[in-house]
Amino acid sequence: MPTERPYLAILLWSILSIATLFPVYWLFVISVKPAVDLFTTPSVILDSVYWKNYADVLGNETLRRYMMNSIIISTGNAFLVTTLGFMACYALSRFDIAGKENIFFWTITNRMAPAAVFLLPFFLLFTQVFAIGDWKLYDTRIGMILLYCTFNLPFAIWTLRPTIDGIPKELDEAATVDGCSTWQVISQVIFPLARPGLAVTLILTWVFAWNEFLLAATLTSFNARTITTGLSEYVTSTGTEWGTMAAIAIITLIPALIIFSVVQRHIVAGLTFGAVKE
Amino acid sequence: MRSNTVGWLLLAPTLVILGLFGIMPFIYVLYVAFHQWNPFGFSPDMIYNGAKNFRRLVFDREFLLSLWVTLKFAFFAVTSEIALGYLLAQLFTREFPGKAFFRTIHTLPLIVAPIVVGSVWRLMTTPSIGIIPYYLDAWFGYELNIGRDAGAAFALTVIMDIWHWTPLVTLTLLAALVSLPKEPFEQAQIDGASKFQIFWHITLPMIRPAILATVFIRLMDALRTVDEVWMLTGGGPGAATRYVGLHIWKVVFPKTDYGYGSAISVIVLYLTLVMCWILYVALVAPRDRKKRTS
Repeated sequence: MPTERPYLAILLWSILSIATLFPVYWLFVISVKPAVDLFTTPSVILDSVYWKNYADVLGNETLRRYMMNSIIISTGNAFLVTTLGFMACYALSRFDIAGKENIFFWTITNRMAPAAVFLLPFFLLFTQVFAIGDWKLYDTRIGMILLYCTFNLPFAIWTLRPTIDGIPKELDEAATVDGCSTWQVISQVIFPLARPGLAVTLILTWVFAWNEFLLAATLTSFNARTITTGLSEYVTSTGTEWGTMAAIAIITLIPALIIFSVVQRHIVAGLTFGAVKE
Repeated sequence: MRSNTVGWLLLAPTLVILGLFGIMPFIYVLYVAFHQWNPFGFSPDMIYNGAKNFRRLVFDREFLLSLWVTLKFAFFAVTSEIALGYLLAQLFTREFPGKAFFRTIHTLPLIVAPIVVGSVWRLMTTPSIGIIPYYLDAWFGYELNIGRDAGAAFALTVIMDIWHWTPLVTLTLLAALVSLPKEPFEQAQIDGASKFQIFWHITLPMIRPAILATVFIRLMDALRTVDEVWMLTGGGPGAATRYVGLHIWKVVFPKTDYGYGSAISVIVLYLTLVMCWILYVALVAPRDRKKRTS
């Protein structure tokens, strides 16, 4: 799709967008229908809008709390994971660490575990091992932030490694010769150059944490319960409340969409990134 | 030479967190795998039974079948996602009006929670209430019934996975593509290389680490998919979409055969690891070897 023919690109994307949007559009359609209308002949066109589901959801204090928990947990986790992943990748890329390729591979094995069986050990860890007196890691936001590192941190390390490796070593050597400390090299040379990669990592890990269901369902009860888990309560209860569920789902999409649109600019900033190299 | 202590210090928090939340639970699961244990049954004690659980799963047809359908699912889903994701990422490296808008639209599926994805696809495809079977029947006279047609159910889980995860591939490959230096491409164009030659000899080797990382992530996630498929088909019809993650869930929860479930998990984890390791050695090692000798 050469630049001279932008209309082909636009046409192609319009078609793809319809395919991409349809399930989300359908979610919206379900969310603005009274329950009785859901099982009549399906129609693509929305003829009337019924907002009661949204009013129910927004008026529900418990759901608002779950929403807040989700925001805190996913934001905390995304920043923690991106920072640690960045540090780890810098160490793996620039230092002569014994067995570093094995360490690199090992990190990803933490993401391979089938979830169902690991719920119990996590539960024991959260209720018995990390428990001092009355305090337990169970049902705390900090517990979920740390727990999500098991699958998000390997992801961050694996997506950031090519970015960090791609930054020429000569740049940090030059900075070191000019008298920069390791900290200054990281903050003033590597960090600005790695920003597009960091932005991608940050949004993706945020989204993974935001969407996680199984662990949150097992390891939280109320204080740290997330919105995805709250949403599932409507799916599995006797006779699924599709309308309410869809309304919650649409609401949970909004913060993610906002974050996406904001960070998109940083990915665009990455377009000049290639010019800096070599 | 820079001090390695600094390197270890930078790595330490990662190692500590993954050690606590990765290795500790794994050791526990490994321990349980050598026991017969039903924590919710009449005799909730762990009984050591050696490698019996592992011997059992070698001849367990249900497990082997679930492993086979999982591999099929992962293969079709991941190859389609990589191919489609690469094409779309390549498209996004060009300038065209409305690019930022289309990119936001394209990333939308990624931010939908798996459990919601499964629910919506189920609502769209369930016979008699879903919009897709309705129009397929009205326009083409094709009866889509994922409750009865094993092939259709399988295909639908693959399509759902492609819909949900191609944006991830597009994003990671786009991040890699935009970070490439421009000189080799300009040089190749001056030298009169064809588009395919440029792709094969320049683009592909340069973004290989990113492709590899993406294949890894997608492969291992596809191998442990649960939420979406659970919501869409519940593993059926028959065992057509009873993927390993789901199978383990069914062994551990309705049947509460915890020891056996742990053994299956350990083996699945081991197989995933071996597959990824082979990929890693085959794709990464030759590149490093070349670098060392040159």
